[in-house]
Amino acid sequence: MRGTLWRKTVSWLFVAFSGLSVLIALVPLAFILFFVVGRGIQALNLQFFLGTPKPVGEVGGGMSNAIVGTLMLVGLGSMFAIPIGILSGVYMAEYQGTRSASAIRFAADTLNGVPSIVIGVFVYGIAVLPFQQFSALAGGLALGIMMIPIIARTTEELLILVPSTMREGALALGATRARAVFTVVLPAAAPGIITGVVLALARIAGETAPLLFTALGNQYFTTSLTQPIASLTVQVYAYAISPYEDWHRQAWAGALVLVSIVLLCSIFARVATHRLERMARGT
Amino acid sequence: MLSIEKFGFSFWRGDNWDPVSGDFGALPFLWGTLYSSILALAISTPVALGIAIFISELCPSGLRAPLVFLTELLAAIPSIVYGLWGIFVLVPVVRSFEVALPDSLREIPIFSGPPLGVGMLSAALILAVMVIPYTSSVAREVLKSVPIAQREGAYALGATRFEAISAALYYARTGIVGAIMLGFGRALGETMAVTMVIGNTPQVTTSLFAPQHTMAAVIANQFREAADELYLHALIEIGLVLFVVTLIVNALSRLLIWSMKPHRQTAKARATVVKNVAAA
Repeated sequence: MRGTLWRKTVSWLFVAFSGLSVLIALVPLAFILFFVVGRGIQALNLQFFLGTPKPVGEVGGGMSNAIVGTLMLVGLGSMFAIPIGILSGVYMAEYQGTRSASAIRFAADTLNGVPSIVIGVFVYGIAVLPFQQFSALAGGLALGIMMIPIIARTTEELLILVPSTMREGALALGATRARAVFTVVLPAAAPGIITGVVLALARIAGETAPLLFTALGNQYFTTSLTQPIASLTVQVYAYAISPYEDWHRQAWAGALVLVSIVLLCSIFARVATHRLERMARGT
Repeated sequence: MLSIEKFGFSFWRGDNWDPVSGDFGALPFLWGTLYSSILALAISTPVALGIAIFISELCPSGLRAPLVFLTELLAAIPSIVYGLWGIFVLVPVVRSFEVALPDSLREIPIFSGPPLGVGMLSAALILAVMVIPYTSSVAREVLKSVPIAQREGAYALGATRFEAISAALYYARTGIVGAIMLGFGRALGETMAVTMVIGNTPQVTTSLFAPQHTMAAVIANQFREAADELYLHALIEIGLVLFVVTLIVNALSRLLIWSMKPHRQTAKARATVVKNVAAA
């Protein structure tokens, strides 16, 4: 047994290190937010939202094409990811504990960990190569694949929280299992699921790697589904590694828009879940 | 795949990457991916565990929710924003650190190489920050699943905070390893932030200052330009191996984390607390 003083000192150092590590993590966060907001605001103006990229060497222009592109890509992705995600979440929650539900959960968690660049390569193989055409559809597909596991897991976790008496009540009234799920359980969990979807949208809007060779990017304004389309992230990437001062400025502005989307969604989700928790506690 | 037919396993031993003459060796990318991820883990793991412990064991309950929110915000920031910040803020800082390093230290292999700023050190630092939220949030969940009696037992035996918490950590060790592996999987696959600061130069070196390359980064950089079939297949093979490796790492980490969930406090676990405290 070592001396009490020694043990107390070790313990105190440990607590201090633990507190310090929180600071270590928050410093980069503060720095990133500080720089993104500071440099982004200087470059943010009406032209940024309304203009399209100017040719190299000309100052000015904006990213309206990329903003619309990101909205379209995220929209396309959600169109097929939300139904698939919610339905697989329902399956996992309804067949809790069965072998197939665990297998799906495991698959979803693993898919969630697949590097986004690999998803890009995969979608290139199935949606770009066969048609010899980079397209908004391929980009949307790549984003959708990334959304599915996030939405499925959120849906599952929230459905489990719905009191089993509600489900049993519906079944006791003679509802079929499907009817009980879709008219009683899902609506009860809906606010939470919507929150989960919003978070998934925010995360997916910030993805770059899966879009590099699916949606490709585009200097012009387009809303065509079968043409290459710009996105905020790919545009920020192209501008960041370019040698032009003005493009760097716009990259910071693009980053500010991205971070604002993420922040607003996170805060919204935070407030919403707080509300849900309070409702669940009945206060 | 053409690259497998042509090079076989020597693809992963060769260190020459020359698309023009059609000679492909992927060792530098494998090296860069592993080196940057392991460095990042070495930096992030103590910090992430410290955060998890602080939030779940030490901090006042009013501070808990805001701290969780802030650390998870780190995971929500898009990697392209990390990369942008890396290029314009972190890299110049790293460069001035490298320039300021005394010559005597520059003799050591890991500090050799030109002080460019872009390179392994910047990549590892940025990766470390990006991995922290993943490891710490899983580690926090795992710590939460350690029965409260575990700690009470330790305190009752006269343990200090450190001793009680290390007993809890020991109890949760499978899950903690799972959390670290989850972070490892993230680091292996991270693309944008790394490619923007690592310098994208395929070479095998232990130097922290030298620009290097990773598997994810080379795909992001060269996939669009891969004109001939062999080149494209070489990149796809890299993608395939990256996929398989992350799949294995993730699957293992999930299994470890899940094995923590349905636990009951066994006599054995109780005995370990007594043993740990007695040993301390």
